[in-house]
Amino acid sequence: MSVRVVTAVRLVQQRSILVLIALLVALAGLIEIIRPGAVNANWVSNILEFAAPLGILAAGQTLVVITGGIDLSVANVATAAAYIMASQAPFGVTRAIIAGLLVGVAVGLVNGVGVAVFRVQPLIMTLAMGLVVTGSLNVYSQAAIRSVPGVPAVIHSLGSGTVLGYVPVSLFLWGPLALVLIVGLRGTGFGRLLYALGDNMEATRLAGVRGWQVLLANYAACGLLSAVAGLVLSGTVNAADLSLANILLLPSVAAVVIGGTSIFGGSGSYSGTIVGALILTVLNSVLTLLDVNDAVKQVLYGAIIVVLAAAYTRVLGHD
Amino acid sequence: MARAIRRFGWTIAVYVLFALLMVITVFIKPDYGSFEWNTLTLAALPLAFAAAAQTIIVLSGGIDLSIGPLMALANVLSLSAMLGHDLNYSVGVALVVLLEVTLAGALNGVIIVVTRVPDIVITLATSFIWAGLALLVLAKPTPGIPLDFQNLAQGSTFSPWVPNALLLLLVIPLIWIPLRRSRAGLAIYAVGSDRNAAFRSGVNLGLSRVLAYAVGGFFAACGGLALSMTTGVGTPLAGTYYTLSAVSAIVLGGVSLAGGRGGMLGPLAAAYILSLIPAVLIYLGIDPNYGQMIQGVLIVLVVMIGGLGVVLRRA
Repeated sequence: MSVRVVTAVRLVQQRSILVLIALLVALAGLIEIIRPGAVNANWVSNILEFAAPLGILAAGQTLVVITGGIDLSVANVATAAAYIMASQAPFGVTRAIIAGLLVGVAVGLVNGVGVAVFRVQPLIMTLAMGLVVTGSLNVYSQAAIRSVPGVPAVIHSLGSGTVLGYVPVSLFLWGPLALVLIVGLRGTGFGRLLYALGDNMEATRLAGVRGWQVLLANYAACGLLSAVAGLVLSGTVNAADLSLANILLLPSVAAVVIGGTSIFGGSGSYSGTIVGALILTVLNSVLTLLDVNDAVKQVLYGAIIVVLAAAYTRVLGHD
Repeated sequence: MARAIRRFGWTIAVYVLFALLMVITVFIKPDYGSFEWNTLTLAALPLAFAAAAQTIIVLSGGIDLSIGPLMALANVLSLSAMLGHDLNYSVGVALVVLLEVTLAGALNGVIIVVTRVPDIVITLATSFIWAGLALLVLAKPTPGIPLDFQNLAQGSTFSPWVPNALLLLLVIPLIWIPLRRSRAGLAIYAVGSDRNAAFRSGVNLGLSRVLAYAVGGFFAACGGLALSMTTGVGTPLAGTYYTLSAVSAIVLGGVSLAGGRGGMLGPLAAAYILSLIPAVLIYLGIDPNYGQMIQGVLIVLVVMIGGLGVVLRRA
């Protein structure tokens, strides 16, 4: 690809983020029309608060999708991390949080070994690990404790507290994380290797890159981010049950796709995913405001994802 | 002979694994009889259809993450229309449901072909749509599938060792064998194996892929009706388990997720294996919660061994 073509593609991609932001603003406008006065500082604060767990979960998903993979265990990992954190809380909050995060890293490492060393297709590997994680969690929940554990105060305020009345506390975690990911993907060798592996794994290997190490680290990072998302989510809803984050699996993939990351790997950005997560959250808010029942909500949600993905593929013109 | 082993090796291994598991089961539970066998065929019936649906779609180079919700849709549609009617009416309803859900499956394919969005994204999104529609038809689990209709699967017309639930699986070869031998079936394999080569050989790509999704939808509908017959209940959320388990079954059954390679025999045995595991755990007195875990570990091990083979051959 010549430099000029690359520049042109990059321009379209940058413009497509503007299109997504315009869509976001349009959805907010729709809410304002449906219920005048609904879009205020409080609403924005709420949207950010509910988007944060999804945004962080989709961050791990973005990393994996850029390398041409997919992680179907993110939601199971998030649930397990939150549950184990909550069940360990009586032994100290620090220990609980570390235990939760370790779950994520451990599952991510196993995923990574399967995908990078044994060359298992990511879809199968992460699907199977999702089953293992959920099964183990069920067994753990029956063996360890009878009651649904509570969430420590620190996590609760991380997930649903606000500073200065409107700024959600989780933004102080999500913001720096996002910055690291956006800069890291564009500016560091590791970030570029992810794109390279997603674009052409064989060529990258022949260029002397130890691809398996990069992939292994990447899946571990995805596991860690999923665990973080699980902790934040348990703070937001102030509970940790056995199906906490399961509803976020499909949205985590949808946010990545709507954000313009190719499911085949090699292109995309976390900034797009952030906007994707925000769009999905605002969409949810629109559907809630319209007061449609859950069934209709699901149908509309699915239909809108189809339309967005189709429009996106058309605009960018890649398969 | 050597060629046959290489070609059918995986399938043979899956059947050996199933036979081995059955022997272990009989060893654990010496009074294993026709009743337990009947229970197993009932448990495996919906999963076998789900696996068949996923198989044909994956063979065409796609993947359908909406199979579970499609089954749930067929399940609740059948309940809401059959409630309080007799057998003849129920069978009529079943045929209509088969048609409706086949069309829904075909719609998956049409959207994928027309929008050119990857299969996994579209079927992820449509899984919301079918699940939402299922909830619209029936808000909460409701019993009431006519008993005569349930008995189509639950009875044993010929012999206690040949339960109806086993015979109903004949629907799969009835559709599959003529299809595979036809031009259209060959085209499905061709599209899944190498899309460019298929296109240059004059295969209508779009049509073949839509056909695969339509047949997949048909098998998913059979799976939904199987749920109605085996449980007697309409459950809008029944499908969630089957989407992932169907993928497990085809992977275990030796169908390549890359498309174009694999057959129908392996996934069917895999569906039986996956249904046998929880039963064995119960016979052993182990918490059935371990079932999911074991299923996951089994898949990881199987694919890792398969992957190791590929790596070693390359080295």
